[in-house]
Amino acid sequence: MKLSLGEKLVTYLVLVIFAAFALVPLLGVVITAISPSSSTSGFRMPETIDLGNFVEAWDRGHFAQYIVSSLIVTITVIVVTTVLSVMAGFAFARLKFFGSNIMFFVLLAGLLLPAEAFIIPLYFNLRSAHVTDSYWALILPQIAQSLAFGIFWMRNQFMSFPGEVIEAARLDGATDLRTLWQIIVPPSIPSIMTMCLLVAMWTWNEFLIPLVMVTQDNLRTAPLGLAFFQGQHATDYSLLAAAGIIIAAPIVVLYFFLQKRFISGMLDGISSR
Amino acid sequence: MTVTTRLRSGETRPAGAAPSRARRRRVASLKAFLYVAPALAFSLIFLIVPTLQTAWYSLYDWNGLSVATWAGVQNYIDIVQDEQLRDSFMHVGVLVVFYSFLPIAIALLLTMVISRAHALRGMSFFRTVLFLPQVIASVVIATTWLSIYSPNGLLNTLLRAIGLDSLTRVWLGDFNTALVSVGFVGTWLNVGLCLVLFLSGVGNVQPELFEAARLDGASGLQEFFGITLPALRGQITVALTLTVVSSLKTFDLVYITTRGGPGNSTSVPAFEAYNRAFNSGQVGSAASVAVVLTIGILLITALIGRLQPKDTE
Repeated sequence: MKLSLGEKLVTYLVLVIFAAFALVPLLGVVITAISPSSSTSGFRMPETIDLGNFVEAWDRGHFAQYIVSSLIVTITVIVVTTVLSVMAGFAFARLKFFGSNIMFFVLLAGLLLPAEAFIIPLYFNLRSAHVTDSYWALILPQIAQSLAFGIFWMRNQFMSFPGEVIEAARLDGATDLRTLWQIIVPPSIPSIMTMCLLVAMWTWNEFLIPLVMVTQDNLRTAPLGLAFFQGQHATDYSLLAAAGIIIAAPIVVLYFFLQKRFISGMLDGISSR
Repeated sequence: MTVTTRLRSGETRPAGAAPSRARRRRVASLKAFLYVAPALAFSLIFLIVPTLQTAWYSLYDWNGLSVATWAGVQNYIDIVQDEQLRDSFMHVGVLVVFYSFLPIAIALLLTMVISRAHALRGMSFFRTVLFLPQVIASVVIATTWLSIYSPNGLLNTLLRAIGLDSLTRVWLGDFNTALVSVGFVGTWLNVGLCLVLFLSGVGNVQPELFEAARLDGASGLQEFFGITLPALRGQITVALTLTVVSSLKTFDLVYITTRGGPGNSTSVPAFEAYNRAFNSGQVGSAASVAVVLTIGILLITALIGRLQPKDTE
């Protein structure tokens, strides 16, 4: 359908205004970050671009260490979640077994439960097991939460996989495990990738679990590091802005390259629940 | 055909075959169970059992170190009677308006004006920008707005620039504005999300419907209420679920920007639960807040889910 010129103009105007609404605070951060740190006089356009804040935040804030922690946690969570979600998603979609409905329901509960529901006893349980203040305390609960989404996502994907192909593989004598990894997984890579991206984003951005589970500085993930950095440099907004950009950058860069996957994944994942 | 098969299967089933088939099924069932067992173990150990323990904790008085004493439902009575806790639940009600109702209303209004935006060139750019706040770490969002609301931050600078000096204030430090300021961050976060969701929903409507409506001389409003709004029912449900649940779970933003202050004016249940459990040694009370919050979230999710049109399942 053709839009009249007037309609087009109004549409663009509205879109530009709301895109600006979304962008202005973020551009403000970028501008603050490249302003000289000493300017406590408040927000203004800088005359010179100064990247010193990034260097200073990186050094003073131990962000190299925090990013390493975040990478260790995020990569482990992605790998374990992917393997277990593919296997469980396959079983729920393609195998019949006793109690599958109730088990699926239990796993689905993880999608609905807020972290507040379990974090308090989980902390005391892990403390009794001497697991707090370790990467495990960050990784294991995050895997449990990610699995709820991952299994749900992979089950939906595998249910739409053509059944004849699976039957043919079975007739050829392939075991279930072989069928899964050699027949079903390869064409499902795009959807697995989307799941990995979302899990990466959620894990990287997670705040409550690291806040509760670790006290040692060297175990802090990037968002937790920023929170502590903010506590120490409460009013040095240039430094804080630079630190914030460093932390948000990896996910934002991924998002710019793969925005379709992010958006469709987040919206489909929830709408099909 | 069916008759013969049935007959044949009836004839050829020897007495001994049934148990062996049942056994085979049991073995298959066991194998299938092995596929889900690791995930199930994760869920039980880290989510389900602790959630049940939260309910158990909530019936005790415990400071996290010494021996817990039985408190019955006293912690729940306190939620109603203790002003600080009661207020935290009131505050989250205000946040729902800012996080959910406002963004959905604004996005619907905009969708009415620009319902056919998906067909325009450059839409993918706008979608990317509008959705961007969703992928940024909440801690980064929080420090960003902390700086915007600061005495010499972007907001006060803008107000001064347009001569509204009298309106400038310490937004997050003022009893009258702190909660609204926190809420507005939610509005900022979610408008883009709702807009992207609704525009994609309108994109699924067949263009012939709109053309037919135009040929019949329908006004823009009629078109919106007759075609667009009904078509968006699914998306509105999704937007409601997402935004209401995220507002009820608000924690990171409050923790970073205000820690519940000034006074108690921005405290929310998730923050109270954290603070009581891990800072002030009131684990039982924290657990009861967590239980009420969880039940609230589950109930609201279920209620909103009933609005979902059935045919999209």
